[in-house]
Amino acid sequence: MSEIHPALILLAGGLFLFCLPGTPRRMVSVCLPVLGFLNLLTIAEGTLWHITWGGYELTVLRADRLSMLFGYLFHLAAFLGAIYALHLKDRLQIGTGLIYAGSAVGAVFAGDLITLFIFWELLAITSVFLIWARGGERALRSGMRYLVMHILSGLLLLLGAVFYFLNTKSLAFEHIGLNEGHHYLIFLAFGIKCAFPLLHNWLIDAYPESTPVGTVFLSAFTTKTAVYALARGFAGEELLIYIGAIMTMFPVFFAVIENDLRRVLSYSMINQIGFMVVGIGVGGALGINGAVSHAFNDVIFKGLLFMSMGAVLYRTGRMNATDLGGLYKSMPWTCACCLIGAASISALPLFNAFISKPMVMQGVANMGAVGIWLVLLAASAGVLHHAGVKIPFFTFFAHDSKIRCPEAPLNMRIAMTISAILCVAIGSYPPLLYNLLPYPVDYISYTTTHVVLQLQLVFFGVLAFAALMLTGNYPAERPSVNLDADWIYRRALPNGIRAIVRTGGPLVDAFFNGGKALIRKLIAGIRTQHNNRGLFGRSWLSQSNVLLAIIFLAIYLIYYF
Amino acid sequence: MNNPESPEKNERPHIFDNPGNVRRLILGFFVCCALLILTDLIVHRHLTFAEGALPVEGWFGFYAIYGFVACTLIVLGAIPLRKMIMRSEDYYDE
Repeated sequence: MSEIHPALILLAGGLFLFCLPGTPRRMVSVCLPVLGFLNLLTIAEGTLWHITWGGYELTVLRADRLSMLFGYLFHLAAFLGAIYALHLKDRLQIGTGLIYAGSAVGAVFAGDLITLFIFWELLAITSVFLIWARGGERALRSGMRYLVMHILSGLLLLLGAVFYFLNTKSLAFEHIGLNEGHHYLIFLAFGIKCAFPLLHNWLIDAYPESTPVGTVFLSAFTTKTAVYALARGFAGEELLIYIGAIMTMFPVFFAVIENDLRRVLSYSMINQIGFMVVGIGVGGALGINGAVSHAFNDVIFKGLLFMSMGAVLYRTGRMNATDLGGLYKSMPWTCACCLIGAASISALPLFNAFISKPMVMQGVANMGAVGIWLVLLAASAGVLHHAGVKIPFFTFFAHDSKIRCPEAPLNMRIAMTISAILCVAIGSYPPLLYNLLPYPVDYISYTTTHVVLQLQLVFFGVLAFAALMLTGNYPAERPSVNLDADWIYRRALPNGIRAIVRTGGPLVDAFFNGGKALIRKLIAGIRTQHNNRGLFGRSWLSQSNVLLAIIFLAIYLIYYF
Repeated sequence: MNNPESPEKNERPHIFDNPGNVRRLILGFFVCCALLILTDLIVHRHLTFAEGALPVEGWFGFYAIYGFVACTLIVLGAIPLRKMIMRSEDYYDE
């Protein structure tokens, strides 16, 4: 029985990496997730660790099947990320990357809302350095916007936790539900990190601005921690089904016209989280199993896709579809790994999304929600189109961009290959993942019906792409910026404030100028009345003084008579 | 490293440099699609929904047609969206 908190090895180890020179740092960075994982294996399910702090009892560790699954997943992601980062010379990215991973581990093992809040904020603070590591004005500003949204999410969580405590006299993080107004504060806090519609833009904005390594780390932890938190706190809330369905659908339109390929992947990430959110909304064994198994698979195949795009960015310095193409000649290994990631996200049989996404679909079907099911089916076709076809096609095939570059560095190829093997292994042998799920799995993936219908959906989706391409109806990629919800705070709000200042300014000026003029007049008046000709300043004749005294005396007399 | 303007002239030809290979690939893909939709004649698919909730799901080629139509509509739907939201690359940098 271990005495070490599962998050501690990554947190302390990540800090320790800052003190190490080159080669030892690289070796330790890969060993840390392995050590953390071995430590995690010694922690029994059902373990609870309490500490008393300021008179409150905090549960810093709660190990059950749900938190353990995410614990395993985050160690796996940290391990793959560390290998992918081995070529780096700077210590900032790998150091903060592992501390960030440790924060995510801490958050999923947090048994109370205050511990959760602390790790929640730590996630935000550590991850922003991965965006800033890119350097330059764009990354700096994007990171600031990212940080503001995430600090806001943390504050909402804290506020929600305070109200929750006042109402229930408990800080335990169990099922919360949406029965009271203040529950929505916590819901919203999770919703920001989970990229709910209109709260999603930090993801689209910041992830593509990070470094190749940074984006791989970012894609694994923040949103999946939020999925875990939703599954813990709001399982079975019907509202989540509608929110999730919107999340699966709207990004596919944006992804079609987006030129930056890592931004396309960010949109597809929201689409995939949408399926998880729907699963959580469906609730029950099937819904929750579907949601968390899809989260598990998404970390691997989305990580793989981000790794392959990161490798392309690292070697070519470009990420726009308009600048790339024909790279299968220079980077065949990366291309093969990317294709496996693409097949996985498209949920082809033998690849991992095939064994997780249909569970969510079946959960929706069991509820009889025909409309939602049709939306999800269309979104499945959509994700196949932009992540499964557009990403590999425009990078590695399409027209030859004439870029000739070396294949990705060895460490990147190793990380991609391990991810690709995992995609196929889990997809071909579902018990690998099913045995870890929070509920016993009563679902069979490989039936003739499932295989046939999924193949038909995917192949005819690709056929639509091919038909549009061959007939020239596919919208050509163009270098551009596409507006999204961030327009509200990047354009509308600043412009609105400027407009207010512009029109309000003269009014304010007029008010103060008028006031100043009035005071100036008063001072001038006082001055003229006090000079030697003024009312109070001039020398008065003695007769007039006598007269004045007589008048006062007369008034006095009359008054008292 | 990369030399975008002039890839080596005497580079060996790659697989898709030959238009015949591209044609073969596309043709093979079309054949796969045709075979897949024909399996609906042989394989009896089990319905996802309880009986009667969505009978159309069991019809011949439902998933194939749905996938094709959904993808086409998404791409065509994105074109007017692009008209609305596309700006120049330095839109936010001014």
